[in-house]
Amino acid sequence: MQTYDLEANGLRGLNETLQAQNAETNQTSWEVVNPKGSHAIAVGLDAPIEVTVKGSTGYYCAGMNQQATVKVEGSVGPGVAENMMSGQVIVDGDASQYAGATGHGGLLVIKGNASSRCGISMKGIDIVVHGNIGHMSAFMAQAGNLVVCGDAGDALGDSLYEARLFVRGSVKSLGADCIEKDMRPEHLALLSDLLERAGSDAKPEEFKRYGSARQLYNFDVDNAQAY
Amino acid sequence: MKDMDDKGIPRTVPLQSATFTNPINAEIRRAAATGIYDIRGGGAKRKVPHFDDLLFLGASVSRYPLEGYRERCDTSVTLGTRFAKKPIELDIPITIAGMSFGALSGPAKEALGRGASAAGTSTTTGDGGMTPEERGHSSKLVYQYLPSRYGMNPNDLRKADAIEIVVGQGAKPGGGGMLLGQKISDRVAEMRTLPKGIDQRSACRHPDWTGPDDLEIKILELREITNWQVPIYVKVGATRPYYDTALAVKAGADVVVMDGMQGGTAATQDVFIEHVGLPTLACIRPAVQALQDLGVHREVQLVISGGIRTGADVAKALALGADAVAIGTAALVALGDNDPKWEAEYQKLGSTTGAYDDWHEGRDPAGITTQDPDLAARLDPVDAGRRLRNYLKVMTLEAQTIARACGHNHLHNLEPEDLCALTMEAAAMARVPLAGTSWYPGKEGF
Repeated sequence: MQTYDLEANGLRGLNETLQAQNAETNQTSWEVVNPKGSHAIAVGLDAPIEVTVKGSTGYYCAGMNQQATVKVEGSVGPGVAENMMSGQVIVDGDASQYAGATGHGGLLVIKGNASSRCGISMKGIDIVVHGNIGHMSAFMAQAGNLVVCGDAGDALGDSLYEARLFVRGSVKSLGADCIEKDMRPEHLALLSDLLERAGSDAKPEEFKRYGSARQLYNFDVDNAQAY
Repeated sequence: MKDMDDKGIPRTVPLQSATFTNPINAEIRRAAATGIYDIRGGGAKRKVPHFDDLLFLGASVSRYPLEGYRERCDTSVTLGTRFAKKPIELDIPITIAGMSFGALSGPAKEALGRGASAAGTSTTTGDGGMTPEERGHSSKLVYQYLPSRYGMNPNDLRKADAIEIVVGQGAKPGGGGMLLGQKISDRVAEMRTLPKGIDQRSACRHPDWTGPDDLEIKILELREITNWQVPIYVKVGATRPYYDTALAVKAGADVVVMDGMQGGTAATQDVFIEHVGLPTLACIRPAVQALQDLGVHREVQLVISGGIRTGADVAKALALGADAVAIGTAALVALGDNDPKWEAEYQKLGSTTGAYDDWHEGRDPAGITTQDPDLAARLDPVDAGRRLRNYLKVMTLEAQTIARACGHNHLHNLEPEDLCALTMEAAAMARVPLAGTSWYPGKEGF
């Protein structure tokens, strides 16, 4: 286990050191102490290493992550795991806005709640939130899966493309072109796998599935009121 | 029509309305028939104060010129000197603006890369990400970081020579984009993670930041991911040039790109293009003023775009304080867009040479703004790249000619004092005297 004191040694040194790791590294386990809400912690990683942040972070923790597993023993600011490509990001606490925004792959687990715009423009990432999510989540979400074990706020899945949304609790309102869909066996299997990987004991049968009605994919003047 | 009626009484001459013109009436009829606004490509077509409204004064008794063809007049520019470890060194201060693969064909993107590289300048990606062809043919490539983040990934980010965070675009400041379904080919769909054939919308705001304080943190993140190697540009559509420039500087930009309303787009509502934003001429001096007030003029470089066509335009933009310019529409024309040889096909599409702007429909006879493989094959990227190189060289020679005539041994030594204005509007916007006077509107002391 390598320990990096962020307060003492600075952000540049941390990211430079973590980004220098590769598939052959022996230093596979890292601990970051004294994060104190700093921004851009552990961004741009591209190696199969495990990084544990001992405390809460600011914006863009684990941004554009590839391969690495980043665990945050605290809460995270806006844009955690934004544009993640692969790997895992696990947050013990809550997440602010834009969690997992534009992510292309990998798994983001938030054990607390996530604020508004969770999964905005997601492009293949899997996101599992143990608690609730805020308004406008999965706005223009293109691909991937968003699993919410609690409730969802207003305008869930507005202008949705092909992402799948699973919510166990209530949905305050659905956004434009987002509808409830049948839960088929393949969705239950997918959900079961995601819940297991995210450490949730929720049952897939307790969820409802939401997706795009695909009515806004090509402009039609008769749908103008929805734009 | 006879001049008199049957009773011999003179008729009044039919008078066309200056308000309800034939084009306006045609648009009303089109809107009534379809129920949708007009979408087109290109930039503002309305007449606005522009570089043509400025003149250079040239040398006289008080100044002596440099000998054309004999005395050196440098054209190089370095972009990104503020924070980046590797600023971009360009041979000429004319760059190629961001245009996406998707909006443009693969051969067209390749041609832009070839032409720009041969002329010693940079080209820029666009919405939809970076293609290997584009990276391969561009010696210096600026990677656009857009609200949609289509095709955005850290590997491409690290391959870029600079990153341009796009906040807005001169053709549609405050607006997003639209790539109609007919241009979403298999490859474009795959790059953008979208189903083939749908109308692809690009958001108007970035998904994970709002406002200048957030932008500062976003820039920090991008620098951390790219090891502070490459310059970070911030591109804005010209609306509030003084404050937008100041805020971009405050957020940590290395370069500010200011795009005026004549700047083109692949597809946007006509009402947006013609009625939102500022003319390019109006945004240069306020942007320069912001840089000067913050003490960073020339440390943070200013790139101006929107309606740049000639070496004279380049020289005028630089004289007003810009460090470089970017061209988009002009580069497409150099490649072959709106070429008279396609007139018969433009006619079939209900247009004509010089007016064709339905770039969003994917039926471009010149094979540039299309994803149709047969049309795209009409453009030879080698020949088109050579034409672009030639055009860039001509613009540079023209700008050098003017600079020498004004007595300058580098294009960056051009200054507002070299200019006068032909109209009150241009004098006010460019803050240079009305021709034959020492006065411009708003000048203190008069």
